[in-house]
Amino acid sequence: MTKIINITIDGKPIETFEGRNLVDVAKENGIFIPTLCYFRDIPPLATCRICTVKLNGRHTTGCTLRVADGMQIEVNTPELLDNRKAIIEMLYSEGNHFCPSCEKSGKCDMQNLGYDMGITASRYPHAFSHKTIDFNPKRMIMESNRCILCKRCVEEVKTRDGKDVFSFVKRGVKTLVKIDYEEEAKLSESEAMRAMNLCPVGAILVKGMIHEEPFGDRKYDLVGKEVKPKLSGGGLVKKDPNEKFIVATTSLAGCFGCHMSMLDIDTELIDLLEIVEFNKSPLTDIKKFSKRCHIGIVEGGCANSENVEVLKEFRKRCDILVSLGECAIMGGIPAMRNFVSLRECLEEAYLHSRTSELGAHVIPGHEDIPKILNNVYPCTEIVKIDYYIPGCPPSAQHIWKVVRSLLLGEEFSIAHDEFKYD
Amino acid sequence: MFKTHKPDRKHLMEVLWDIQKNKRCIESEEIVKVAQAFDMSRIELEGIISFYHFYHFDDAGKYTVYLDTSIIAEHGGRQEIRQAFEEATGTTFGSVTPDLTFGLFDTPCIGLSDQEPACLINFRPFTSLTPQKVFNIVTQLKAGKRPSEICDVPKTNIRYTPPADRTVFFKPYEKFSALAALRDRTPDEIIDTVEQSKLAGYGGAFFPTGKKWRFCRQTPAEKRYVIANADEGEPGTFKDRVLLQTHPELLIEGLIFAAYAVGASEGAIYLRAEYMYLKEELDRLLVEYRRKGFLGKNIPAKTPFEFDLYVHLGAGAYVCGEETALIHSMEGRRGEPGTKEYFPVQKGFLGQPTVVNNVETLSAVPRVFEAGVENWLKVGTAKTPGTKIISVSGDCTNPGIYEIEWGTDFNDFLRMTGARDPKMVQLSGPSGVCVAVAVDPKTGLYLVDGQDRRALSGEDLACGGSFMIFDETRNILKVLKSYSDFFVAESCGLCVPCRTGNFLLNKKLQKLINGHGEKKDLHEITEWSEIIKTTSRCGLGQFSNNSLLLAIDKFPDVIDRALADNTDFNPAFNIETATAEYDRIVEEINANYD
Repeated sequence: MTKIINITIDGKPIETFEGRNLVDVAKENGIFIPTLCYFRDIPPLATCRICTVKLNGRHTTGCTLRVADGMQIEVNTPELLDNRKAIIEMLYSEGNHFCPSCEKSGKCDMQNLGYDMGITASRYPHAFSHKTIDFNPKRMIMESNRCILCKRCVEEVKTRDGKDVFSFVKRGVKTLVKIDYEEEAKLSESEAMRAMNLCPVGAILVKGMIHEEPFGDRKYDLVGKEVKPKLSGGGLVKKDPNEKFIVATTSLAGCFGCHMSMLDIDTELIDLLEIVEFNKSPLTDIKKFSKRCHIGIVEGGCANSENVEVLKEFRKRCDILVSLGECAIMGGIPAMRNFVSLRECLEEAYLHSRTSELGAHVIPGHEDIPKILNNVYPCTEIVKIDYYIPGCPPSAQHIWKVVRSLLLGEEFSIAHDEFKYD
Repeated sequence: MFKTHKPDRKHLMEVLWDIQKNKRCIESEEIVKVAQAFDMSRIELEGIISFYHFYHFDDAGKYTVYLDTSIIAEHGGRQEIRQAFEEATGTTFGSVTPDLTFGLFDTPCIGLSDQEPACLINFRPFTSLTPQKVFNIVTQLKAGKRPSEICDVPKTNIRYTPPADRTVFFKPYEKFSALAALRDRTPDEIIDTVEQSKLAGYGGAFFPTGKKWRFCRQTPAEKRYVIANADEGEPGTFKDRVLLQTHPELLIEGLIFAAYAVGASEGAIYLRAEYMYLKEELDRLLVEYRRKGFLGKNIPAKTPFEFDLYVHLGAGAYVCGEETALIHSMEGRRGEPGTKEYFPVQKGFLGQPTVVNNVETLSAVPRVFEAGVENWLKVGTAKTPGTKIISVSGDCTNPGIYEIEWGTDFNDFLRMTGARDPKMVQLSGPSGVCVAVAVDPKTGLYLVDGQDRRALSGEDLACGGSFMIFDETRNILKVLKSYSDFFVAESCGLCVPCRTGNFLLNKKLQKLINGHGEKKDLHEITEWSEIIKTTSRCGLGQFSNNSLLLAIDKFPDVIDRALADNTDFNPAFNIETATAEYDRIVEEINANYD
């Protein structure tokens, strides 16, 4: 018979059976330990490290921990919470997670953890490492840009004669999951679907079976936590209390979608205009700064020399700089060109595209036009950014809440469905 | 080769080695054949091959040169040697000559830090290289000489041993003599003696050897294993190489003791591929031990037992020095560390209780029985009796091997090595600790982190074996960057903090070296290092930034000099560099058609 034991989790006494898995025990007692590699019915893999907890003062992973009598376990200390956040951010930086263009968006475990933890931007610079997308397998697509190397598929997906379908190849930062074409072809449709569902992110896709649920009905669209971001400071100080707050906005390498979303705050726009005056902005069509601004809102990353100039000007002229939307935060859709050589990009655009004139032979280059940068840069890699509002585009409510809070110092929370990366 | 039955997976790496050596690469045809023979999918096999950097998918050249990249080699003039190889062979590092004669590759420390710059050619050692020597070697190889004919025998460079009655390792030993102790002792009595001797893991973790053996013995199992960890990969360490060059019989006998004590019937020496040239002698000795009846069935002891032993060759992966990774590697899998749910003494090789001990630890065992516990305890310190082998390299007159008593004063030791203006000493390699060294103006003694009377011992400065000396002129940031390069290259890739955390830190260090560092970078380095330390899966990640964190603390002047005040603009972003490629393309394409 299994022994009944007593442990504590964050000081809370818990009675359970000896040798059980900590993640499961915690969950039953209302304490959620997030995981990306642990799957209830398979042996723990301990690859993602997100479930790192402290056992009697020492760090270890929750998924490999079998509880024993007298264990004192810490799960939600500020340090551990931040570690967890840091690991998710690191995964975002190492992979190329363009949520707006991902088939798994809304159904992705990692994205959902990002929402739950209120991650607006990664603290780490994006690696933009070139990774492959393999379309060759019969049923599946392997999208290595999104793979977090959790190892679930490697360990769990086998053919009927016990051979591995997936394997880690290479090591270190070059490690990737590859599919064995011959073995993959032996999988049935339902076995392939199981592989896709095992994948916590959008790395394993089954051809033709990807877009099932419409936007709004996806697994994580409806359920989730509210995000309570902390903005430092108690609002901005104006020199003259009767003066309005001055805000500037711009769109760099973006699509103006974030600006459109800004306008979507509808009638609150009238409230906003009572306390805010727009200076340089496409909304006012003021081309040059005429005074110092309290807040600068930047949409889009930097793809050319003009973007860099404008961004630096914003930094000089604004007290607070906000990155608005995925492109400003991490380069977004334009940054997908970072994996293609600049030469290829330019040749495709000006010389070889279907719409280029027959015999086209010039790539624009003149001192009067901006120069294209070697890569698309997130704003934060060029200037210091104070706040981030994620989304593609961010919802109007989210933008409004952040801006109002910055101006007035009011506390606020963002509902799960307002906090999105897509 | 494998016609009738499915071959044993534990021989997979051996089979891969045969192919690599004969064909200079493992081609896709061979991969298909081997995968079929071992009944695994092709991709699984590719995953294994690509894990080890000495296996190649493409032809690695008739003569494959591996040049040591360690910081000690760098300070010893590696760049010149690199150039000489490139000039002499007409190819660049990372590639093979068009006629497939020479392949040039970089590799981390090859255990010859006292005779750098050094390289391996077809796994034969060539030491103390000069550009002239390189040209000679290449000329001779081109003229048809074989690497085995012209290679060097690495010097043992044993610089110091304690007085004869206090020396443990480097004194004459009569083969088989200590094994007599088995005749009148039960396995439990052997473990008792080892426990009383306070013998502890010489790899640096100091886990009590007797305790480890007892755990293994007590775990019920059909079969148990003992393994010698000769995967000496920590940069700057070469003590195991010298032990194997001078007293390989001590290791074999240590394993026989361990096998008897824990009840193991099979054992192995996991030898790093960099020491392939030591394998011949080991294999020869194993034959001799078998012939004398000390390996095989009915080995003479109080309760006669069965035990045999083979040498398993690694294939280039530092992480395999971690015991669970080593076990996976021996099982013919990727050398990834395990989940740590079990200790190897509970579930190890092939799921059975397994003892993994360092070469030095096992080599000490016959000496414990030779000396007797009482005499043994007279040497060294209370917590760490006995002696310790230190591999000294870097800026000193006498690099080499020092067998010292635990408890030796740091100042005395550093004097012995003939250190020249030492500024920093790296103990136990990059994953160990760095100490700041300065001369006390009053006494003229070396101070360690500002203190005198520091000793090398388990109680104070515990050194796993590597002792690298850096003088006043060395750029500490570059030393730290070289450590980081090493960990980035050797991370197994299984967990993100180690895999990507170290990659990002590496970039950060380069930023500092480039002169673009800001104060906030230092804050980030500290924060990121802590996260890597607390969340990594195995020791490689957990200890990878030890030295970095310590150096920030101990050499504030060096780090501060590299940091500017914070600004709102990232100094590392340069618009000219970012647009240079565009300028070049526009100029080139538009000019072509003009």
